[in-house]
Amino acid sequence: MNIDKDLVAAMATPLVLAILVEGASYGYAILKRVRELSGGDLEWTDGMLYPLLHRLERLGYIGSEWGSSDEGRRRRNYTITETGRAQLAEQRQQWATANRTLGGLWNVSAAGA
Amino acid sequence: MSGQDLDARIAEWRTAVQRGGAVDQPDADELEEHLRDQIADLETGGLTADEAFLIAVGRLGKVDVVTAEFAREHSDRLWKQLAMNRPADGGRRSVATMLIFAALAAVLIQVARLIAAASGSAETQVFGDPSAPWFLRNLGLFVLPALAGYFAVQKRMNSRQVIGLGAAVAVLALFANLFPFGAGSDTEALVAIHLPIALWFVVGAAYVGGEVRSAARRMDFIRFTGEWAIYYTLIALGGAVLLVLTGFVLTPIAPDLVEQVIAWVLPSGAAAATVVAAWLVEAKKGIIENLAPVLTAIFTPLFAVMLAVSAIGYLFAGVGRDFDRDLLTVFDLLMLVVLGLVVFGISARDSAQRAGAMDVIRLVAVVAAIVLDALVLGSMLTRVGEFGFTPNRVAALGLNLVLLVNLLGTAWLTVRLLSGRAGPVRLERWQTGYLPVFAAWVLLVIIAVPPLFGFE
Repeated sequence: MNIDKDLVAAMATPLVLAILVEGASYGYAILKRVRELSGGDLEWTDGMLYPLLHRLERLGYIGSEWGSSDEGRRRRNYTITETGRAQLAEQRQQWATANRTLGGLWNVSAAGA
Repeated sequence: MSGQDLDARIAEWRTAVQRGGAVDQPDADELEEHLRDQIADLETGGLTADEAFLIAVGRLGKVDVVTAEFAREHSDRLWKQLAMNRPADGGRRSVATMLIFAALAAVLIQVARLIAAASGSAETQVFGDPSAPWFLRNLGLFVLPALAGYFAVQKRMNSRQVIGLGAAVAVLALFANLFPFGAGSDTEALVAIHLPIALWFVVGAAYVGGEVRSAARRMDFIRFTGEWAIYYTLIALGGAVLLVLTGFVLTPIAPDLVEQVIAWVLPSGAAAATVVAAWLVEAKKGIIENLAPVLTAIFTPLFAVMLAVSAIGYLFAGVGRDFDRDLLTVFDLLMLVVLGLVVFGISARDSAQRAGAMDVIRLVAVVAAIVLDALVLGSMLTRVGEFGFTPNRVAALGLNLVLLVNLLGTAWLTVRLLSGRAGPVRLERWQTGYLPVFAAWVLLVIIAVPPLFGFE
C-alpha cells in the first residue's frame, strides 16, 4: 500500500517528534525506525528528512549537536525540546480527532454493510 | 568496487549536492554519513558495494529535488553567498590597507581642492573653478596613484617595481604640468581626458603585480576594469542618494552649509570610492558571478542589431552631405563600446568552449561597426582639406584608427574561430597584446600632441 504524498508530509512532523521522544537519535536511525514502524508502507525520500529536521530545529522543537559514530565519523544527534514535546502533544490531539471522526464514519458503514 | 572507488564516487556525489550552495559543509557531512550508514547496511544484507551505492543514492532522492528542499529551508544561504566571505586570516589586514589608501585618496583630493580654492577666486566650489585649470587637468593624479599604491602594497611589490610605478606617475605629472598650455586650450582638455587613462595603465601595472608581460595577468586586469567600473557606478549611485538627501535635510536649518558639506564630501567620497571599489572587486572575486560578462551577454545582441541596421542604412543612404565633423567622436565611442562588448565577452569565455551562437552575434556587431566606421572615415579623409587638422580631430582620428585596426583583427580571428581554424586563445591574446597600443596612443596624445599644435 502506498500512502498519499500529502498525508506523508502531514505525518512527518509528529512522526519525527514521536520517535525523538523515545530518545535522542540521528537521521539514518530515525528513518530506519520509520520503516520498521510502518512495515515499509511509508515511502519517504531519505534526503527530505534533513531539511525537515533543520526546520524543526529552527522552530525550536528539537536541538542538535555533533557527536561521532561508532566508526569515528561525525554524526549529528537530535534531541526533542520542551517546546517540541508540547507541540507533539497538540498534534497528537489533532490526529486523535481526525482518527475518531473518520473512524466513527467508517465503523458505522462497516457495520451497516 | 574497491573502498577507494566508493570514496571517489561518494566525493563526486557530494560535490553535486553542494554545487548549488544550498547544502553547506555540515549538511553534506550529515548526508554523507547517512549514505555510508545505508551502504554499510545494504552490504551486510549481501549486496555488492556497487549495488549498495546505487540503491543508497537512489533512496536519498534525486540531487536536484533534495537540494531544492534544502534551498527552501535555508534560502538565506543562497543570498549569503553574495555577502562578504573573507578568509579569517589576513582579512582584517586587507580591510585596514584598503581604508588607509581610501583615506589617502580622500585627503589628497581635499588638499588639492583647498590649494585650488586658495589660489583661485572665492567662488571656487567643488570642481568648477575656471581660475585653477590645473586642478581639473591633474584630477587623475590626485586619486589614481593612491589606487596604484594600494595594489603595490596588496601585491607586495618589491621596491624596484614601486620606484618604477612612482617614476611613471612622476613623468606623466611633469608632462601635464610643465607644458605651457594656452588658457582654455583644446590640448589642455585633451590632456585632462587622457591623463586618467594613462594613469589607469599605471594602476594596471600595479594590479598585475609588475607582471605586465603576462597575457593571463593582462586579461585579469581587463576583467578587473569591467567589474571595478560596475562597483564604482553602484557606489556612486548610493553616494548620490546620500548627498541629495543630506541636501534636503540640511536646507531648512542651514542652507549655507549644504554647499560646504557637498564640497567636502563629494570629492573625498568620489576619490575614496576608487579604492573601495577595487577592494570590493578583489574581495568578491569568485563569490559571485562577474557582472560585466552578464551585462555584455545582454547587450551584445542588441548592439549587433542596432549596428547592422545602421550599417545597411548608411550603405544605402550614403554618409550624406550634412556630414557632421564631430561624428567621428561618436563613432569612436561606438567602437569603444563594441570593443568592450567583445573584450568582456571573451573574458568570460571558457577557453575550452567551442565556437557558438554568441561568437556569430559578436562577429555581426564587429563587422557592422567596421563598415560604419569605414564609411565615416572614408568620407572624412576625402574631405580632410575642407576641415583641416585640429588637436581634437587628430586625437579622434588616431583613436579611430587604433580601434579600427583592433576590430579588424578581432573580426578576422572570430571568422577563423567560427571556421574552426583558430582557438579562442588567439582572440584573447590579440586583445591582451593590444593593450600596449592603447597605452602608447594615450601617451602620444599627452606628450606629443600639445607641442605639435603649439599648446593651443
